[in-house]
Amino acid sequence: MTMTKSPPRDKSLTSEAMGIGSGRGRLWRSLRGNRLGMVGGVLMALVVLLAILAPVIAPYGPAEVHFDTPFQKPGTVGFLLGTDDLGRDILSRLLFGMRASLEVGALCVLLSIVVGAPLGLLAGYWKWLDAFISRLTDVTLAFPFLIIAVGLAAISGPSLQNAAIALGIAHIPTMIRVVRGETLRIKESDFVLGAKTMDASGLRIVFTHVLPNAASSIIVQATVIMPVAVIGEALLSFLGLGIQPPTPSLGIMLSDAQQYMFRSPTAAIVPGVGIAMICLAFNLFGDALRDAFDPTATSRK
Amino acid sequence: MIRYAFTKLWQSALTLLLASIVVFIGVRMLPGDPARAMAGEDASPEQLAAMREQLGLNASLPHQFLTYLGNLLSGDLGNSTRTGTPVVEMIAATLPVTLWLSAYAIAIAVIVGVLFGVIAERFRGRWPEWFTNGFALIGLSVPNFWLGILAILYLAVSLGWFPASGYVDILSDPLKGLYYLTLPAIILGTSLAAVIMRQTRASMIETMSTDYVRTAKAKGLSGGRVLLRYGLRNSLIVVVTIVGLQLGGLISGAVVTERIFALPGFGKLTLDAVFTRDYPVIEAVVLIITLSYIVINLAVDVLYSVINPRIRIGGSN
Repeated sequence: MTMTKSPPRDKSLTSEAMGIGSGRGRLWRSLRGNRLGMVGGVLMALVVLLAILAPVIAPYGPAEVHFDTPFQKPGTVGFLLGTDDLGRDILSRLLFGMRASLEVGALCVLLSIVVGAPLGLLAGYWKWLDAFISRLTDVTLAFPFLIIAVGLAAISGPSLQNAAIALGIAHIPTMIRVVRGETLRIKESDFVLGAKTMDASGLRIVFTHVLPNAASSIIVQATVIMPVAVIGEALLSFLGLGIQPPTPSLGIMLSDAQQYMFRSPTAAIVPGVGIAMICLAFNLFGDALRDAFDPTATSRK
Repeated sequence: MIRYAFTKLWQSALTLLLASIVVFIGVRMLPGDPARAMAGEDASPEQLAAMREQLGLNASLPHQFLTYLGNLLSGDLGNSTRTGTPVVEMIAATLPVTLWLSAYAIAIAVIVGVLFGVIAERFRGRWPEWFTNGFALIGLSVPNFWLGILAILYLAVSLGWFPASGYVDILSDPLKGLYYLTLPAIILGTSLAAVIMRQTRASMIETMSTDYVRTAKAKGLSGGRVLLRYGLRNSLIVVVTIVGLQLGGLISGAVVTERIFALPGFGKLTLDAVFTRDYPVIEAVVLIITLSYIVINLAVDVLYSVINPRIRIGGSN
């Protein structure tokens, strides 16, 4: 990580000077000591791996229909989780659906960081920009993500990209606020003052001193956004405003399954478990990460 | 205090104006011609031109915007291009459903969230904390529309405890109305309850370890009094903020909850309008959601300064 390379950190406040061992070492120890967090980390790795390997490990194509074997029960030979109304393999659709979920989630997180972090830095560092950017975030916040998605879907049709953009736009304001708050805090510290006395330009200070120190908050915020985005994608696809068939999505699987859920409850249960697994993984790991970055965080025992 | 409220009021008004511009431009970017939608597919060019004139589509964009703003201020939201009914009437018919549902969901979420938050703080490291933490984690990780489907499947159909769908007007039959809304409200409130629970717990832990709480305890105040007077008062600030912040999520949640339980609310109106390209309705719906969001956040800010005197003086620092 680049954040550990930036030289001008306040040495008197680092963990080395306080005799707690290196920052990264403490981070790792704290993470490892957090059992739930480790479970989350492992689960997260598993989920990501399954999603990446979906085309390799899925027994069938996600849209491959088997008209002669609809509504197979879970455990049937050849169909581990059974089949849906069109005889499509639920396990394969689950794997590809998780892949789509993570894709949208990752795009959304990326968008919120790429747009939100610089705006947050600017708003936090320069007071005259703050009023303008804060108003901008207020306006954006006034539109719930569903409304943004509704607008985008109406303008250019529902799609995976539009779902990701809508979710990304909706999460930019929170990213701006987090980074702005961090910037306000960091710019008061001695090393920024030091850099200022050495005539470093504002932009230079922001990017070489403030940004690396705000990185941990950005990463934590990313783990907060990820599960919300995954649920958001499923919700949009469920309503028909997100991913369009035949691309598999956990939300589409759910809305399909709702029509025949009394006949085949598994078809409705499996996609929900998939969403919950992804979210649980990121929530658990994110919590552990937050605690590790901030030893004074209240959620620590 | 007054000055603070005025600043907030001015900021909110500005936000609202900007938001209405965004909505206005956004709606005009939608594909499809509203005049054609109104006049019908087989309208002659003359009819189409007349319709354009009637809808005011020939005027310049700023002119259209001012007309639109003027109409808005006089409470005229236009007519639905699909049914011809005044949009105001459509909203009056559907909004109460969503308001009842949301209010009910918020009430459940606040009660459950604060209660669980307090329990988690009181019983740190013991099983009640594990239980409430588990609840919060599930509430945050499980999509509520999936919970809704499961609830219909098991609680409503298999066990028969609740109706699976339908709506009864609360004002005409309060008991039955509440009964029909209970399951949807629980489903809608779950994730909010989880967020409130976590924040209450965190704020309680922080407050209970402060010096003034220690002093209060040393003075001989009972645990319960300390909890009520200091712990809960501080977490109240948190709860108020959270409800304000989560409002957007609540609105999205309400739309999907209404869809699952077939409630004739604002969410249904929104989705129907989007899928049938009913411009005036989309415009009104987006604007009303935005307006309510801004107004409620303004209320939250003011309420906030009433509960927490530090904020109204401190400002940005």
